[in-house]
Amino acid sequence: MSTMHQGSRQQSRVPWNKDIALTRIRECLDREGPLLLILHALQEEFGYIDQAAEPLIAETLNITRAEVHGVVTFYHDFRREPAGRHTLKLCRAEACQAAGGDPLARHAETRLGVSMGNTATDGSVTLEPVYCLGLCAIAPSAMLDGRVVGRLDQGRLDTLLAEAQQ
Amino acid sequence: MTLRLFIPADAGALAVGAEEVASALGAAAARQKVAVDVVRTGSRGLYWLEPMVEVQTSAGRVAYGPVTASDAEGLLRAILADGAHALRQGLTEEIPWLKRQTRLTFARCGVVDPRSREDYRAHDGCKGLERALALGPAATVEEVVQSGLRGRCGAGFPTGIKWRTVAQTPPQQKYIVCNADEGDSGTFADRMIMEGDPFVLIEGMAVAGIAVGATKGYVYIRSEYPHAAATMEAAIAAARRGGLLGNRVANSSFAFDMEVRVGAGAYVCGEETSLLDSLEGKRGLVRAKPPLPAHKGLFGRPTVINNVLSFASVPIIMDKGGAFYRDFGMGKSRGTMPIQLAGNIKYGGLFEAAFGITLGELVDDVGGGTRSGRPVRAVQVGGPLGAYFPRALFDTPFDYEAFAARDGLIGHGGIVVFDDTVDMAKQARFAMEFCAIESCGKCTPCRVGSTRGIEVIDHIIRGENRAANTALLEDLCHTLKFGSLCALGGFTPYPVMSALTYFPEDFGAPPRLLAAE
Repeated sequence: MSTMHQGSRQQSRVPWNKDIALTRIRECLDREGPLLLILHALQEEFGYIDQAAEPLIAETLNITRAEVHGVVTFYHDFRREPAGRHTLKLCRAEACQAAGGDPLARHAETRLGVSMGNTATDGSVTLEPVYCLGLCAIAPSAMLDGRVVGRLDQGRLDTLLAEAQQ
Repeated sequence: MTLRLFIPADAGALAVGAEEVASALGAAAARQKVAVDVVRTGSRGLYWLEPMVEVQTSAGRVAYGPVTASDAEGLLRAILADGAHALRQGLTEEIPWLKRQTRLTFARCGVVDPRSREDYRAHDGCKGLERALALGPAATVEEVVQSGLRGRCGAGFPTGIKWRTVAQTPPQQKYIVCNADEGDSGTFADRMIMEGDPFVLIEGMAVAGIAVGATKGYVYIRSEYPHAAATMEAAIAAARRGGLLGNRVANSSFAFDMEVRVGAGAYVCGEETSLLDSLEGKRGLVRAKPPLPAHKGLFGRPTVINNVLSFASVPIIMDKGGAFYRDFGMGKSRGTMPIQLAGNIKYGGLFEAAFGITLGELVDDVGGGTRSGRPVRAVQVGGPLGAYFPRALFDTPFDYEAFAARDGLIGHGGIVVFDDTVDMAKQARFAMEFCAIESCGKCTPCRVGSTRGIEVIDHIIRGENRAANTALLEDLCHTLKFGSLCALGGFTPYPVMSALTYFPEDFGAPPRLLAAE
């Protein structure tokens, strides 16, 4: 049952490596419409989609680099550069706004010294907006490296921020 | 004697400490030398009581909540003594909030171990599939048509008609696609089903496959739902091992298998044609219709694409019959709707009820008003593309047509409550902003109109040429509504125009006298 609870864990990823990338790409080739699977696999491996991955994928799938680039940049999830050691996602959607999410988001920005969508200068944490975590009955909510947190108030948020700054 | 405890592993329960409660109760049991058997369930949906711990007794399950880890020692002693406890809620099934619901789709959610096929069977699981196999494909499609079931994620299109269209296409590779891209703020019913009763979704999709002649299914789950994806994966693996999926579904001559695909953070992929493009590994661009997905869907093949709640309602329809389901509801809205009460609300959670209950009953009686204790000023129904309703419209019954008649929509059944501190001009601006962030970019009204909308609302908020800019905003909304390719651009005017119409004072205009209506 422990797999259901995704604990807060630091994101340690291997540096970009062409051979590892090709292996991960090939693992997805027997599936229908594999491009998103490939991009998820590469981001899981390296923490972001290196620009060098695009021609590799294009060649393997026999599509143009432009098509691959178009997909990478279309989806909010895919990063073009590595994130901080932690990723803190704060829900910015309506249910969390109604429950006092706006001042909490401003507090997080001030405390971390970054605006939404950016990484703290010490590389500790990337602060991101998310539009709904499905935790709308226990709003406001957040996700720290895969761990969900609800009923946020300033105290609970400060605890999360302290954890994220480590 | 072994004590049987039920503790949710639903993401909503985990987010408020269910895992810590489970560990603390385990440790307390070891210290007090009590044998406990802990079953991790989904959530019952009474989120203000989460983490909610249930105990098996001879009279039924007794609930305690909201429990914290520090309550564990005392709670366990109270449970063993069958004594009083401040958090004791009595028999779960007798809690009024749950008792007044009609749980058809959510009958098992929070009750069963979501990863156990045996538990699913023991709670009436697979009966719908067995009846579908006995009836055969054509009669199965007709049963779903008869039930009056309509799509649970937007347009409310009749599910059975979609199935019939796909069934009538010539035999070839066909697909069943489940839209689990539940991106609307204020909604979490799909997540709860996938985390709390995933086999009902598998069964519903298998029935669809048999009914229309499709052998392959996909569940497209948004990446913001890692817990749901993990539970679905586990359940699909268990279903394969148990013969519910595979070359011979439940020992029949029908083949059906399915897999999970995870999205990548694009709200627009909840639109069915955009979702299909995304599944194909492309940018999630909206397709022009026709052709309908039923004729040319995934990889150009005939495809049934329905929401999680639609598929999850199919097993009970097949088990009890279309007429049983149709007997609930009102007008053309048949059956039950899992309504989600969210935002600034005292008793938030999942409330499944027959169509026809009014908005006021839901917000005031069931939801208990705001959590902040301040007056309710507005509620947004149906997600970011749904209208804001003022108190004056709280007599609106929950029904597709009644909401449409008041320029609103039910959508996926989410209700987000705001108190009197809300600034409706800011909410209108956010609706345009969200549309701009999430637009797929294919059609101009949505791509450009949303950004122009933000600018015009900013002018109005700053009081620049208010009358002229308000007229411009109305004109822009008209263009978005009738010129956009899909509901993202087409419905963004609903929250904007409802905010402007019912709360003009927030835009610097005189207030509207609603009492006369």
